[in-house]
Amino acid sequence: MIKVNKLIELKDITKTYFLEELSVPVLKGISLEINKGDYVALMGASGSGKSTLMNILGCLDRPTSGDYLLEGEELGRASGDRRALIRNKKIGFVFQSFNLLPRTSALENVIMPLAYTAGGLSARERRRRGMEALEQVGLTERAQHHPSQLSGGQQQRVAIARALVNRPPLLFADEPTGNLDSKTSVEVMEMFDALNAEGITIILVTHSDEIASCAKRVIRVSDGLVVDGGFK
Amino acid sequence: MNFLNTIITALKALKRNPTRALLTTLGIVIGIAAVITMMEIGNGSKTSVRTTIEKMGANTGLILPGWLRRGGVAMGYGSRVSLTPADAEAVGRECPSVLYYSPVVRASSQQLIFGNSNWVPQWIYGVSPDYLPIRNWRIAEGRSFTQEEVETNARVCLVGATVVRELFGNVSPIDCELRIRDVAFKVVGVLHSKGSNMMGMDEDDVLLAPWTTIRMRITGRRTGTATSTKSTPASKPSELYPATGVALYPEQDASLTTDKLLIPKFTYIDQIVFSASTPSKVKQAEKEITALLRERHRLRPMEDDDFRIRNSSDFMSMLNSTTMLMTNLLLGVALLSLVVGGVGIMNIMLVSVTERTREIGLRMAVGARSSDILKQFLVESIILCLVGGIIGILTGHGTAVLINHYLKWPIESSPGAVIAAVGVSVFVGVVFGFYPAWKASKLDPIEALRYE
Repeated sequence: MIKVNKLIELKDITKTYFLEELSVPVLKGISLEINKGDYVALMGASGSGKSTLMNILGCLDRPTSGDYLLEGEELGRASGDRRALIRNKKIGFVFQSFNLLPRTSALENVIMPLAYTAGGLSARERRRRGMEALEQVGLTERAQHHPSQLSGGQQQRVAIARALVNRPPLLFADEPTGNLDSKTSVEVMEMFDALNAEGITIILVTHSDEIASCAKRVIRVSDGLVVDGGFK
Repeated sequence: MNFLNTIITALKALKRNPTRALLTTLGIVIGIAAVITMMEIGNGSKTSVRTTIEKMGANTGLILPGWLRRGGVAMGYGSRVSLTPADAEAVGRECPSVLYYSPVVRASSQQLIFGNSNWVPQWIYGVSPDYLPIRNWRIAEGRSFTQEEVETNARVCLVGATVVRELFGNVSPIDCELRIRDVAFKVVGVLHSKGSNMMGMDEDDVLLAPWTTIRMRITGRRTGTATSTKSTPASKPSELYPATGVALYPEQDASLTTDKLLIPKFTYIDQIVFSASTPSKVKQAEKEITALLRERHRLRPMEDDDFRIRNSSDFMSMLNSTTMLMTNLLLGVALLSLVVGGVGIMNIMLVSVTERTREIGLRMAVGARSSDILKQFLVESIILCLVGGIIGILTGHGTAVLINHYLKWPIESSPGAVIAAVGVSVFVGVVFGFYPAWKASKLDPIEALRYE
């Protein structure tokens, strides 16, 4: 591994939930490195801590202890506003249930994150970027459609466009094909392949071995520990 | 996220559910409309009360003599004889706030006789010509009497419409001679009809004559009154015009025997009425008169005034405070409905936060800070209230105009109330929007995204 290419570095991450008197350790010391341009599938059974790990990686949650470095910057103990900025600039999210705003056009959905971008962009620039992202997922002609007028696959592609609109180096996908049929799943997975080919690092959370097989590397989590670094 | 973006985002969010937004804001619309209508009607009635009072003479005042205390028994106002015509003149001359003044001599329960009809008017006043502008009284027919006629004790008089009706019937009274007791007065003018005053008394049942004449010829002679049962009817000319007996004029001292016709200075008068140039100057005039009369009556600083000044501003402030009370009461109710409207906003905003939990989580996941979420929901609630406020202002003004049109209630638009209404709606938006917005901003993005 070449150090310079390191995008994510986890050092002995633990996460413990405190339920009244009871403390529940979910992550028990995870150390991990993910390089730029990687395509990682994060796998594990329910309750294995895989979701918690993803939340920490996605800057949505803080580890109880340990260091999380994204592009060399410690984020585990950063302020809420700083982490919001990182999520906005460096991380794109794709969810299982799409999470599009109802009664809002595809384009409006795509450019929504730009409203929170520090410095602000002109309305014209935002539209331009939004159209660019929609073009990337092949939905230019559906820009004015509302989510209810789009198929599941199209909705997920709008969600991907939204994740891409701020040109983040890192893309999280949490069960992106969980709500899709097998045909559209293939379409979405092909899209991830293409995006990875463009140099975007992708972290995919999934149950399915079939989906995981698209990834270059599979990390298996079990009982709060990484059991398989999974370098191919 | 800059401010304009926040507003645009909030507007888009509201646009997603226009019916609900409209219904939510209805509470504010009704509240603000009620406030505006109340304010316009309240202001209108306040103004109409003020103009009514001004018409009655809001800028006028009355100087009364003080009272006597005889063996511990107060005798009431007027029991003391302390005001002189010279006092009246001095008030007119030396008090800059006084515009008009007139001495008043009252002669009550005197019978008027004309031909074979008679009438006892409510009021017989001896006054000077300035009495008419003070009371806002116009001459309907004929003329007023002059200052010269006052100085010469001329037997002229003005009569009110009721007196004309009762005494003269359909005959024009001008230049007719009527008698008060045994003194003949020539009617020179008829007063414009005023109708009843606020106590229900007929103001037109009045006879005005020069105060000198009334003092010298009517009330100065204390030989019984026309209505007194003891009065003996004068039948012989020597009784009607007695050669001896009460002197028509008092004896003048040497200082008064000039070639100018002078009012005998010893005389006392019952009241002095005055008017200030504006209603606001009445208090000032009162101060000036008090200082002047205390000096003229040589009162020591510790001594009480031997006169009293009354003015209609007390009455006016009473009427004003009554209208104000009513307006404030209704305003209070209207404000209460605003609070109810605000609670409605809060309720719907809370529902909206719950309903949009996933949206909030998503916004946080794509980079919204909690302050951005707080701002967004706060701005949504402010926009709701502000739009409601503006619709309310228009509705309220429209209602006031309709009330004015159909019920003929006086209204007066008040820009202050409009500004206050806008302020209050924003305030309501902030107060009742803050808790839901704060709740939204404190959501955990992970929980929010997982929310079903």
